[in-house]
Amino acid sequence: MCQPQVVAAYPITPQTHIIERLAQHVADGELKAEFINAESEFGAASIVLGAVAAGARSFTATASQGLLLMTEVLYNIAGLRLPVVMVCANRAVGAPINIFSDHQDSMSVRDAGWVQLYVETNQEAVDTLIQAYRIAEACGLPVMVCMDGFLLTHTFEPVDLPTQAMVDNFLPSFQFSRTLDPTRPMTLGGASEADNFQEYRAAQQSAMEDAAPVIEAFDAEFNEQFGRSHGGLLQPYQLDGAETVLLGMGSLMGAVCDVVDKLRDQGQAVGALRLRCFRPFPVQALVEHLGGAKRIIVLEKAISIGAGGIVAAELRAALHQAGIMTPVESVIGGLGGRDLTPDVIEALFQESSINEVGTTFQFAPDHVSLPQKNMEATNNG
Amino acid sequence: MDNRDSFRHNVLTSGHRACSGCGEAMAARMVSDLIGPDAIYINATGCLQVFTTHNQQSAWQAPWIHSVFANAAAVASGVEAALRIKGKSTPVVVQAGDGGTFDIGLQCLSGMIERGHDVLFVCYDNEAYMNTGVQRSGSTPHAVRTSTSPPGQFSQGKKEIKKDVISIIAAHNMPYAATATIAYFPDLKAKVEKAMRIKGPRFLQILSPCPLGWVHDSALSVSVARLAVETGLFPLVELEHGELTGVMRLAEQKPVEEYLRPQGRFKHLFANKAGAVELRHLQALADARIHRYGLLDADTQWDTETAMQSERNGRGGYWEEREHG
Repeated sequence: MCQPQVVAAYPITPQTHIIERLAQHVADGELKAEFINAESEFGAASIVLGAVAAGARSFTATASQGLLLMTEVLYNIAGLRLPVVMVCANRAVGAPINIFSDHQDSMSVRDAGWVQLYVETNQEAVDTLIQAYRIAEACGLPVMVCMDGFLLTHTFEPVDLPTQAMVDNFLPSFQFSRTLDPTRPMTLGGASEADNFQEYRAAQQSAMEDAAPVIEAFDAEFNEQFGRSHGGLLQPYQLDGAETVLLGMGSLMGAVCDVVDKLRDQGQAVGALRLRCFRPFPVQALVEHLGGAKRIIVLEKAISIGAGGIVAAELRAALHQAGIMTPVESVIGGLGGRDLTPDVIEALFQESSINEVGTTFQFAPDHVSLPQKNMEATNNG
Repeated sequence: MDNRDSFRHNVLTSGHRACSGCGEAMAARMVSDLIGPDAIYINATGCLQVFTTHNQQSAWQAPWIHSVFANAAAVASGVEAALRIKGKSTPVVVQAGDGGTFDIGLQCLSGMIERGHDVLFVCYDNEAYMNTGVQRSGSTPHAVRTSTSPPGQFSQGKKEIKKDVISIIAAHNMPYAATATIAYFPDLKAKVEKAMRIKGPRFLQILSPCPLGWVHDSALSVSVARLAVETGLFPLVELEHGELTGVMRLAEQKPVEEYLRPQGRFKHLFANKAGAVELRHLQALADARIHRYGLLDADTQWDTETAMQSERNGRGGYWEEREHG
């Protein structure tokens, strides 16, 4: 759809059939691209770096250990301001080795300078990739489309594939102004010292801040042309009059919305807010949506070990700066593929996690129902 | 290819910040001027990158990119793939030191060669991590003093021998791999030109003395490089599709001591009996290389056609196809 000219990847579960299918498209002539089997994820990221620098729209995908093996190159791609687009099929990071889904991989590279968009459904993954190229090429920033491993990558659901003409209309062909070209020789990636390095970083930060309205605008434009919106930066659900707001990212929000429906039926003033865009962190939009909430519960599938919830901490900072002192309950769950069932999510709503002073987060209860778990604890004790 | 004006290209301009007598700067100037500005240069992290692109200044008058230390060959793979899909034939050249080739960059280099990318990879081999202050590398020869292989009561410098990288590279059954030095410009020129006529992955290992790390007079860089060849320690060879197709023979073998004496990095070997043992090891290594490559034997048989044929029959790399298409 997006017609990448160079695809480079190294297989890793659960990303494999994304690249297997692309290899087949190239083999069948449906996609006119160079498909490069890299010798590692580090190599794959480097190959797309080179390809984009040489003016070719490119694609790669990875997960977990593979993403971390790319880390050095991810920073470099962002620092060189190359509009690379990749999919992260979100997976836990070892040890212990675990192939199932959580967000630890992409959250670990949150500071690398990539736009990060977390999708909820496979339809959104398709649509977001089309938007991602437009965002990347308009903002001069690399974009990572994060989709939950297995929960999305290995789940079949009907997807409306737009026509090529519609995509071409939305996404212009890639014209890179800093292409490596002997007719206009340029030096990319030279050394920098204290007298200008910080300015490069400030420019990245500024570009990232400028990307937020662009992400919103392109989602709105996409909606006009394709009839689907995914919320831009945030996707609210039943926020009108909501006193309690459940906030999270990715596919888990389907279950969260089901729980909201159930609780609303019971007369509870509860809503949900899906954080679609984690980088840039949409401070202003979050404050606007959460200013009226009396209770905020952040459920996230990654942990900064030694600190706790990452989204929760950033949200607290954002609200605090806006003078909003609503406590943010931070819950970490769904790690390593553990199910976050509606029961678990409902339990989070029923029981406040703000118990003791000094507790900044808690782990979600596991998938057995709470009475049963309590019973087991009693039996064991 | 008409190279009459090759030194007027000035791809690598003066005014860069290399040390005086830098072998790598000489080698890079020779190589880039021979290839010219109509090429894309990819540089690994290292001295060449640092001294040519300092703080918003650049000594390059050709498109040039540096990413990180280990990935130059992979970046080049991507650049070449992009050019291929766009139907362009701009040459792609990687420049790396021995760290970016022998050690941290070897995996990407191996992948680039295995996939058959149409890229010339040039290794400026100065036999240690000079950019970070002369630490030993996989290329550092036996018994050399570096800051991480210092001689001492229990040490005579680096314990291990220099990694035979040209054999490792050639074992990929690639079209062309050769060694050269800054001391024999006609030989280097012939090899660069030959490499540029061949499609597919090509590799040049150019011995580039470093006055700072080798601790020799900066006026002696060229003569030290010549002695490395004349003693047999650094044979000048060509390998095509894994087979040895050319060597620079020696009229006579010079003792390794003539090469070692002017270099402070070997000074400790002349101080005591333990050092004398290592001197004999180094002489034995030189003798072995002379024997292996027949550097004192009769004319080497060039057998390029056979080598090319075996490649076509063996797996048929795409560079052959594109030569015709």
